[in-house]
Amino acid sequence: MQLALFLIFGALAVAGALNLLFQRHPINSALSLVVVMMSLAVLYWSLGAEFLAAAQVIVYSGAIMVLFVFVIMLLNAGEEKRTSGSRAAYNVGIPGAAAILCLLTFVFLSERDALGTANLGGRLSSTVDNIAELSQVLFTKLLLPFEVTSVLILVAILGAVVLARKEQ
Amino acid sequence: MIPIAYYLVLAAVLFSIGIGAFLIKRNVITIFISIELMLNAVNLTFVAFAHKWHQVSGQIFVFFVMVVAAAEAAVGLAIIIAIFRTRQTLNVDEIDLMNS
Repeated sequence: MQLALFLIFGALAVAGALNLLFQRHPINSALSLVVVMMSLAVLYWSLGAEFLAAAQVIVYSGAIMVLFVFVIMLLNAGEEKRTSGSRAAYNVGIPGAAAILCLLTFVFLSERDALGTANLGGRLSSTVDNIAELSQVLFTKLLLPFEVTSVLILVAILGAVVLARKEQ
Repeated sequence: MIPIAYYLVLAAVLFSIGIGAFLIKRNVITIFISIELMLNAVNLTFVAFAHKWHQVSGQIFVFFVMVVAAAEAAVGLAIIIAIFRTRQTLNVDEIDLMNS
């Protein structure tokens, strides 16, 4: 069951990411990222992170991607022009990305037994469910960082309004 | 019952595709989208390790990453709008004011 979930939604995530890479129009890239985020939400759920799965759908694919699509439509962004681009990016960056992928895959697969296995809907601790556990830590031990992030969001909103305002 | 390593390999694949898109794409909005893809890939490793160690801290970290990503998207898109208003382009090759 979990293997089937992982295979279906993992393949969907990779397909969405590749589609993001190969599409020329920004709106297609944004919509493929929504596919990636929705499949990641399912994977979070299968790893026992129900709250994060919901937050992924609501915050990422709901709020952030709507903002992206809104800006793409506002700026009327067309297909990107095929320019030569940076030579260093192609010569060093692409092999570098491939090297990172190979290194990480090798490390993860060679440590496969030490990393253990995942059980479907496995709770982190068997006594309380995921949201209760998360909120317990968030509102006691990490109350100050939690409040600081709300100030951060406020500052970001003010900054966005100031930056996007038309200059007189 | 599937190995945690598979989730981590999936995250590595998504992260590498994000790097590739970041380097190849010429549209500033698409570059921004590929940064979001890389953030998502890292979030998946956090959740996988939280599951492995039976600790909730990894999930809390993902929560804070989401909050910061939301703030970053708001400010970044405002900067993109400001750039478009002054330069009339979204192509990063033509935004070279500090290069000359």
